[in-house]
Amino acid sequence: MKIVREALAGTLESSDLMVRIAPKDGGLDIVLESEVIHQFGAQIEAVVRETLDRLGIDEGLVVVEDKGALDCVVRARIQTAVSRAVDEWTADWRALA
Amino acid sequence: MTQTAKDRLAGVPLPSGLEAFSGVTAHAPHLASREEKHGRKLTKSLEDAIRASGLKNGMTISFHHSFREGDKIINTVVAKLAEMGFRDLTLAPSSLLSCNAPLIEHIRSGVIRRIYTSGMRGKLADAISHGLMAEPINVHSHGGRVHLMDRGELVIDVAFLSVSTADPFGNANAVTGKSRCGSLGYAMVDADRAKTVILLAEEIVAYPNAPASIRQDQVDFVVPVEQIGDPSKISVGAARATTNPRELLIARLAADAMEHAGYFEDGFSMQTGTGGSATATARFLEQKMRRKGIRAGFALGGITGSIVDLHEKGLVGRILDTQSFDSVAAQSLAKNAEHLEISTNFYANLTAKAASVDRVDMVILSALEIDLDFNVNVITGSDGVMRGASGGHSDTAAGAGLAIVVGPLIRSRIPTVVERCTTVVTPGETVGVLVTDHGIAVNPNRPDVAERLKAAGLPVTTIEDLHRRATMLTGVPQPIEFLDRVVGLIRYRDGSVIDAVRQVKG
Repeated sequence: MKIVREALAGTLESSDLMVRIAPKDGGLDIVLESEVIHQFGAQIEAVVRETLDRLGIDEGLVVVEDKGALDCVVRARIQTAVSRAVDEWTADWRALA
Repeated sequence: MTQTAKDRLAGVPLPSGLEAFSGVTAHAPHLASREEKHGRKLTKSLEDAIRASGLKNGMTISFHHSFREGDKIINTVVAKLAEMGFRDLTLAPSSLLSCNAPLIEHIRSGVIRRIYTSGMRGKLADAISHGLMAEPINVHSHGGRVHLMDRGELVIDVAFLSVSTADPFGNANAVTGKSRCGSLGYAMVDADRAKTVILLAEEIVAYPNAPASIRQDQVDFVVPVEQIGDPSKISVGAARATTNPRELLIARLAADAMEHAGYFEDGFSMQTGTGGSATATARFLEQKMRRKGIRAGFALGGITGSIVDLHEKGLVGRILDTQSFDSVAAQSLAKNAEHLEISTNFYANLTAKAASVDRVDMVILSALEIDLDFNVNVITGSDGVMRGASGGHSDTAAGAGLAIVVGPLIRSRIPTVVERCTTVVTPGETVGVLVTDHGIAVNPNRPDVAERLKAAGLPVTTIEDLHRRATMLTGVPQPIEFLDRVVGLIRYRDGSVIDAVRQVKG
């Protein structure tokens, strides 16, 4: 799938995260800010990349502002942001679970 | 013809060091005029009082923090000392909070060289954690602070104590007047022990002011000031009421644990402390006490409106109050005869002739982290930065029949139950029970309690199991990187050093 428009998902509440996605050519650009970046920065980035990979997204700008969300929440917000940023949402939900 | 002492003593050999009487005012010039006799302690300005106190560079100054985030005195006085050119002072307030961020510039400029405090938060704590001070700060408990005075390590040269009303002789309290913080439990210690005591009084009232939490025989100077603090900000931060369902769940479980741990008999005693769950626990206790037809003998410590409510319903006999955590508690101290103001020496000092913490059956305590040995951290966050206070934590845990630590298993992505605490404030051997939203763990050194809680059908598991659950939810945190440099020494209540806080990298 291809990112064709800007989209948002999530909130800035504690234990949540805000994901902003925008079109960009030439690879993935991930910007991560987190309240727990020292303890969990690497793990959050790995989850973001893995989720985008499963959705077949390999181009775009993804900005994550994390407020201490668990991995399952990170996945859910990324998926939702992507679903709003693409033209045809063709993801296989079972494959994402 | 008047006979003088000199005449009467003619031929009397006076022992060395004694002198002949030479008039009533010879050693008491202030008795010469009524104005001077009554008003000699009243000082026009803070600056005059500081000059008169004899404060010198390198000395130790103190404050109380009963207004917590609403304090308007600590920053003001230190700014005045900076303006007057003082340097190398030791700052020894009962504690510091986020509102004390303006002190950073006075540390940088050398006005403050050392700090003793129960804790710190916000920008000041962040700056010190990142190496602002050349000397590590000393973090003590409320009882431990008095103990450090007892052993001569902490000698207060000048105490600046804010009060809402004082008479010209220095009889003072914080339950009358405008900005009332209630108990002056911290300040009472400084009034008793500091070499020079300066009262900063919002209102000067007629003599004799009552009640006299701080007494005329302790006070050197009285300075009128505009405003000492904002009472509405006392319950910001540590002490707050909760509607959070998870905190209420923990509070209910904590009340269940209190009911069944073996201490819930007529005349029992308790301290419920602050923090969302701790405060709410008191509310759940009401129905349990009514059901069993018992009442508590006394409640101790930092006092909140929920304890006052139990007292006014006849379910708690006396209240021993060292810090009034909200305006309800402050009002109750003023009007309820059985709500008593106590100093932190009376409350928690190991070397006091008696400390009330030794009489309390059960205490509810908070935790930033608790480890597999039940050691508790209430001072550093999981990022290694200081953001809390020792308070009465280790004092009450050591004194109480049973210390119950309450807290959520995880806070956002940060686990509360960890393998090793970032910083140990309270040793695990004094912690009996941990209550979380995922179940209860009992210290193996309290098999009696574990048995009772299990028999009552409470969700008892092991702390290892709670740790596994926390890790399963959050993942394994990467260890925080510290430099070798020590920025804080954690003093146990007996004065020993129980842990060190190192400078955070980056």
